[in-house]
This record gives sequence, C-alpha cells and structure tokens, in this order.
Amino acid sequence: MTEDMGKFKCKSCSKEMENEIFVLNMWVCPYCNYHHSINAGDRLRITVDENSFVEIGKNIDSIDFLNFYDTRAYSTRLKEAKLKTGMDEAIMVGEAKIEGIDVAIGIMNFGFMGGSMGSVVGEKIKILSDCSIEKKIPLVVFCASGGARMQEGAISLMQMAKTVSCINRVKENRIPYISVITNPTSGGVSASFATLADIIIAEPNSLFCFAGPRVIKQTIKKNPPSDFGSAERNLINGQIDMIVNRSDLKKILTSILELFR
Amino acid sequence: MVNLKKLQDVPKTYVKEVLGELSRLEKLKKIPFFTGIHFKDAERELIRKIENYKKIGKDAERVWKIIELSRNEKRPQCRDYINGIFKNFVNLSGDRLGGEDRSIIAGLGKIDGKTVAVIGHNKGKDIKERMEYNFGMSTPYGYRKSQRIMELANRFGFPIITFVDTPGAYPAIEAEDNGQAAAIAKSISVMLEVKVPVISILIGEGGSGGALALAVGNEVYMLENSTYSVISPEGCAAILWKDPAGTKLAARELRLTSRDLMKLGVIDKVIPEPLGGAQNAPERMVKIVRKYIIDALQKYEDISGEELKSARACKFESMGFFSKG
Repeated sequence: MTEDMGKFKCKSCSKEMENEIFVLNMWVCPYCNYHHSINAGDRLRITVDENSFVEIGKNIDSIDFLNFYDTRAYSTRLKEAKLKTGMDEAIMVGEAKIEGIDVAIGIMNFGFMGGSMGSVVGEKIKILSDCSIEKKIPLVVFCASGGARMQEGAISLMQMAKTVSCINRVKENRIPYISVITNPTSGGVSASFATLADIIIAEPNSLFCFAGPRVIKQTIKKNPPSDFGSAERNLINGQIDMIVNRSDLKKILTSILELFR
Repeated sequence: MVNLKKLQDVPKTYVKEVLGELSRLEKLKKIPFFTGIHFKDAERELIRKIENYKKIGKDAERVWKIIELSRNEKRPQCRDYINGIFKNFVNLSGDRLGGEDRSIIAGLGKIDGKTVAVIGHNKGKDIKERMEYNFGMSTPYGYRKSQRIMELANRFGFPIITFVDTPGAYPAIEAEDNGQAAAIAKSISVMLEVKVPVISILIGEGGSGGALALAVGNEVYMLENSTYSVISPEGCAAILWKDPAGTKLAARELRLTSRDLMKLGVIDKVIPEPLGGAQNAPERMVKIVRKYIIDALQKYEDISGEELKSARACKFESMGFFSKG
C-alpha cells in the first residue's frame, strides 16, 4: 500500500472514503455494505491462509483456434486482458489452506474478459476437480462470470457439459463442494458448476441468474424489478443456502468445512 | 486506384474502417511534402483488405442462409419425427414439482420393437401454436420434466432419444425466480449420469444452454442445415459489435453450422437433408433420421451402462482447445 491512497467513491451510495479504509474493509462500503467486485489475487489474500496457496495448471493458456474476429481479434482481446488484470485467465486454481484445512480452490476473475468461460476455464475446473478427488480435499469455487466465451463458439458451450461432468465425479467421490457466488455470476457458469454445489453461499448484492437483466428487458420490453437476480431474491426463491458478508466469509467457510472433516 | 464502387459489397460494419483509411491516404497524398512519392503499396494493401472483407461478407451471407433454413417454420419439427418414427407413443406431462411446460414434449414410444424415451423441444407450426409452446423456449418446468423422464428411462434401461430445436431457454423473470440456471445444470448432469444410450439430434435451432440441456448424448447428430451455437448471432452482434449490422458477420464467426461443428469435434455426424432443405421433403427427412437412430441404437446395443456413462463423460471432458506451455 502506498502512502497516498486517494479517495474512493462507492458505486452504490456514492459516498467518498479514503482508499485505505475501503481496502481494509475488504472493498465493502462501510456506509451501505455494497460489496464491490474484487480481483482474484485480492480474493485469495482475504480467503486463504498466508502463503498457503499453490497454483496448479498455470501452464494452460487460451488459443484463438477459430481466428475469431469481431471488431478486434480474440487474440488481441486476450493479450489486453492479461495486461489489464495481470492474470493468465478468467480463473485461477490451486491448493490452499483455510484456517489450516486443506482445500482445492478456484477463484474466478470478472475483470478478465467478463470472467467468461472458454476452454481454459473448463480445463482448469477439470484439473481442480481431479486434484480435490485425488487428495480427498473439499472443493471451493468463487464464481464471477458473464457466461460462456463467445470467441470460442460452441466449444465454450461444451465447457458447461465438461465442468458438470467434473462436478458429477467430485460428488460421486463424496467430496464436499461449496460454491461462493460473487457479483455477477450468470449465463453458462451459473447453469453449470456454480449451481451444482452441495452448499451455495452468495455475497450480498451479487447478481446470480442465467439470463441477465438486459436480456430480460429485451424480452419483456420493460425494466425488470431492481432486485432481479439478486442474492436476496435468490435466497427467498430457494436458489441459494445463505448470504454471507465478505468479512464473515472465511469464518463461515471454515465452520462448514469443519462439519465435513 | 481505390474507388468507392468497390465498397459496394463490403459488410456495413467494415465500411467505416475502410473509408477512414481511404480518407487518410487521400489526405497524405495532398500534403505537398509527399508529392512524387508513390502510394501504390498502401493502395494495394487497402484493396486487398477490401477484397478480404468482401469475401467475409459473401461467406456471411452463405451462413445466414443456413440460419434462415434452420429457423424455417415448414421444417419438420419434433412432433413430426415422433409421429413418423415411434409407434405407440405415449406423451407424458409435468415435472411433479409444480409445473408443466409444453415447450418440451416427453414420452415413451417404440422403435424397431424396442421401447425408448423421446424428449424434444416443441416450437409449434403456426402463430397460435407458437405462442402456446412459447416458441420452443423452455422454463425450469420443461427441463425438470425432461429430467424426470430421463431418470425413468434410466431405471428401465430405455435408450433416450432427444430432438433439439430451440432459440434458447426462456428469458423471463418467473423462469429465473424458479431456478432456470439450476434446472439447466441439473439436466446436463442427469444426461451425463444415465446408464442408457443417449442419442441427440439437432433438427433446427440449437440455441445455447437451452439446447445443451437436451444435447449431452453419446451420439450427437446435426441435420445439415441446423445450427448449434453458444449465443444467437443477434445476441452476439449486440454484445461484441454493439450493432445489429454485425449479425451476419457474427453468424459466420460463431462457426455454428453442422460442417463447422463436425470439424471442431462438437458433433459426431452430419445428417444430409433433401435438396434445398428438409422443408422441401419433410417425410423423406423423417425417414432419413429414423435410419440414423436405428443405426445408433444398434451401435450401443451391447455396451454396458457403466461404459455408456463413462464414454459420455470422457467425450465431453475432453472438449476444448488450449495450449500447454
């Protein structure tokens, strides 16, 4: 952290605060409890025991196998995303400890091309599942995604089947699987591994749906209700187990993991 | 010399870019400092670009024709295949959890003397039917009904045949409140779990997760002029091109035709259609499909349930292209 951190303005209530306070509060607004998106590195830091994370599958990289070109080439978009986020892909997976308990952990990064799922996300979920099965350690995945990666065409759609198959194997092996829904989780990721967890935890104000509000708006020609797809609405509708504040997440995760020990 | 006539067949979304480069070139030519310098190379480069865009535009038109065919209302639909292929078909309704969705037909019938479960999207033929069947867009009720029938088939060892023909899952508030994402995920999961042969045939539109929810088969076939895509070209253009004019280009980039998907290994066979498309000879189309189903069932006749399941899992788990540096 630098000395002069500047000010941060909350996306929800527009109140300003010192950047440092905001960071110390885990990127949650102290005034309105709005949970801002955080990148995978920061998520890792506030979730797992210090220096316990060992990344796996770091060598797996996306390729532009369709030569997909919209207004820019997919290969260009990939390079830009890497520069912007300093990450290799929309998910980072590995082994770590949470309060001393071994877990296989995956953390998605919405900043990397909208957290979209292409071949690499699918493959990393696969090696993560294999790791949890092989070592008999619980699987924890932090989800954040806009859906499948269009630039990989139908192959990205197939990643839904691929990841579901992996989760099926995790379940067959009686490995507990916890998914944490963070803002936003939608499309192909929500309709595959995110919703198939034994326990689904969501952060406050996280959007969790299949079709997002924009798509709904196009269909019904009016704005969906403001709480559409929100964690709070999903809890009432029976789609998730609980909503947990970011500051309590590690504690709750630990107590759940303890139950399966 | 580059002239504007050449731009006629360039897709609209690229015209701006080409014009921009053209005017930059013209401006450079006018700068006195550059007089006497030839711009031939730059011009040739630009002409090559224009030609390339024209080719892309032409190819996009070709793909768009396939999309129109895949959406043609006169194409045989799930119901036509059921009537023409399966004897003694019994239609089953309801998910037993609170709803019935007629956008998915599910039931049991006989083919070649064997009982099978048949599940498929139901688009409807005229506007009244289409409204009733919600244009083949399903809600969680539909996916859960399908899961129920698949589990039933699994218990009795009946092979499962699915017909996929949907623009996608129904994007509506009620569907979302009722767990659309979870319903699709569960459908995929059940299709991977069953220990019976699963044969999926894409007969028209294969739209996104709503299609995949019925398409996780040991064998996945596509009719020649059907499509299978992660997102509709319209949706893709809106997100990536931010312009509806990009729709046909998106259709091309998405590689959603049967031949493209065969090359990519997403599907196992392309089923040829009668000349000009299935709508020209629906009865013949149904007969062709029947033959493919019978062959596929024969192929899997003597394979154990465990093997069927692990082969399916293996097939889908190996999908994806990436580098291992």
